[in-house]
Amino acid sequence: QWHSAVMKIFEAAKAPIRWEERNVTAIKGPGGRWMIPPDAKESMDRNKIGLKGPLKTPIAAGHPSMNLLLRKTFDLYANVRPCISIEGYKTPYTNVDLVTIRENTEGEYSGIEHVIVEGVVQSIKLITEDASRRIAEYAFEYARNNQRSSVTAVHKANIMRMSDGLFLRKCREVAEGYKDIKFTEMYLDTVCLNMVQDPTQFDVLVMPNLYGDILSDLCAGLIGGLGVTPSGNIGANGVAIFESVHGTAPDIAGLDMANPTALLLSAVMMLRHMGLHDYGNKIQTACFDTIRDKKVLTKDLGGNSKCSEFTADICRRIQDLD
Amino acid sequence: IVGLGWFGMQTVTLIPGDGIGPEISSAVMKIFEAAKAPIRWEERNVTAIKGPGGRWMIPPDAKESMDRNKIGLKGPLKTPIAAGHPSMNLLLRKTFDLYANVRPCISIEGYKTPYTNVDLVTIRENTEGEYSGIEHVIVEGVVQSIKLITEDASRRIAEYAFEYARNNQRSSVTAVHKANIMRMSDGLFLRKCREVAEGYKDIKFTEMYLDTVCLNMVQDPTQFDVLVMPNLYGDILSDLCAGLIGGLGVTPSGNIGANGVAIFESVHGTAPDIAGLDMANPTALLLSAVMMLRHMGLHDYGNKIQTACFDTIRDKKVLTKDLGGNSKCSEFTADICRRIQDLD
Repeated sequence: QWHSAVMKIFEAAKAPIRWEERNVTAIKGPGGRWMIPPDAKESMDRNKIGLKGPLKTPIAAGHPSMNLLLRKTFDLYANVRPCISIEGYKTPYTNVDLVTIRENTEGEYSGIEHVIVEGVVQSIKLITEDASRRIAEYAFEYARNNQRSSVTAVHKANIMRMSDGLFLRKCREVAEGYKDIKFTEMYLDTVCLNMVQDPTQFDVLVMPNLYGDILSDLCAGLIGGLGVTPSGNIGANGVAIFESVHGTAPDIAGLDMANPTALLLSAVMMLRHMGLHDYGNKIQTACFDTIRDKKVLTKDLGGNSKCSEFTADICRRIQDLD
Repeated sequence: IVGLGWFGMQTVTLIPGDGIGPEISSAVMKIFEAAKAPIRWEERNVTAIKGPGGRWMIPPDAKESMDRNKIGLKGPLKTPIAAGHPSMNLLLRKTFDLYANVRPCISIEGYKTPYTNVDLVTIRENTEGEYSGIEHVIVEGVVQSIKLITEDASRRIAEYAFEYARNNQRSSVTAVHKANIMRMSDGLFLRKCREVAEGYKDIKFTEMYLDTVCLNMVQDPTQFDVLVMPNLYGDILSDLCAGLIGGLGVTPSGNIGANGVAIFESVHGTAPDIAGLDMANPTALLLSAVMMLRHMGLHDYGNKIQTACFDTIRDKKVLTKDLGGNSKCSEFTADICRRIQDLD
């Protein structure tokens, strides 16, 4: 229901987007390796831009995580989450407006672990110059393209001198080429301490994998959770996949109860990424106005309206805005 | 087992520290005197010195005092500038095998934050994990950092967490981890927590991914009770939770070591800009001293002092600058002392 809501809203906005639906359920290729279906890959490689709803976690043994497969197939190296307070959806915070940019290919999630001796395990964190430079470049480009004023590198280089030290050095080097953007550095623990006291002090935050995993969820919590948080994954060769990061909610599936906000805001991110800012702004405004008005909220937002009613209200507002 | 000395007094090693350390320590001593707490203070300095063989160590008289007294209270220490000079906190941690960092976070009525009714405890494994310090350059441009998780350290911290929960009437312990990603290391940590939980059927045991904890913590921290976790996660969560209740200026902290050693400390900085000006807020050190009293079984004294401290803050008449007032540290302290005497 989420994607049909988004398509209806895009239609109401007359956004110049044509949708090509594909399924990414993993299949076994020749050689026995899991892969995404060839027609899905072909479509993404051709279109470059994708919008994705939640995927269920596979139960079958050996079946890999779909998200991991997508990440590897398209080298989705940057996870980007803009977190903006939604007026009308009350949380302990107002005026949150920050963006977390997480390096998504290496770091603590290398998957390399060993038993050294019985009862002693080591887990390897890998930081490379290339991945660090690439994510830093993306962060500064993003800041410039979205009129953000500062980029903060989040790290623990006081403790992990070599690995986080390398990450930090690359950020500093890239910053040199973006004198129009203010560059700062902050320890991860200090960021968390300050984030919950005053999130308005933050703008764009760039960091390695694990810190990004934590901070992106922490920041989603500040604005109301995964049901209202957009997300984008930037890959090599111009590929970008935007997605909602909440679950599949099987208990309400098919009952016209879902909240399409997260997927819709991800689609707005997508429009902006494509340079279609006017359409993105119009749709976001309509969405926020509907929520602020509180008349047709879905259950998770505190109302008892249907997904279709929520969607129709947004469509109406878009048409009124024209 | 703590032996009672002369007149039932117990001797505690006091490390005032640097900057505002001495004045907040003297505030704590005044308040303890007003409460007639059976504590005798033995002051020591822990500034590192070079021992025979050239290794940095804490001064022998400080070590001897801690080994004898077992219990210590410590103010903030300044970060050493001199090259080669080690972190004092790291030296203390290694000297006394301070394996558990414990931070109770309770909302302070009168000191407004976006949250009310926070009442949780973070228990952080403080010897291994991501802070092993083992790093290598693999090839140019590729660095690896080793995270070490051992069965022994995981079991020890889990046992401490469940004992703490039982001794402090807490109903649940939650292990915080990322074992879905770090299957072996966090998996080992989690297994040890589960094993220890078996011996504490009176305490509810749950498990939660670190990212889910953070997502939920900022939406509703009241769902959490005792949280136990490896080093890095503890570093992050303990500071996150301190932020929920107002920051490091009001957050107590305790470090539990082997052989019965325990050092309680404020975790804010030395605030050199206000040192000596009677402007400091002694709350963090005082609440750490309250933790210390409870650790020693002196709950009545701890409760009395905490109540007086919270009442003074709630009343808002003599707040220090960082709490939103413009009173002096000595006035804030005197108000707490007066309330304690009234409570008797």
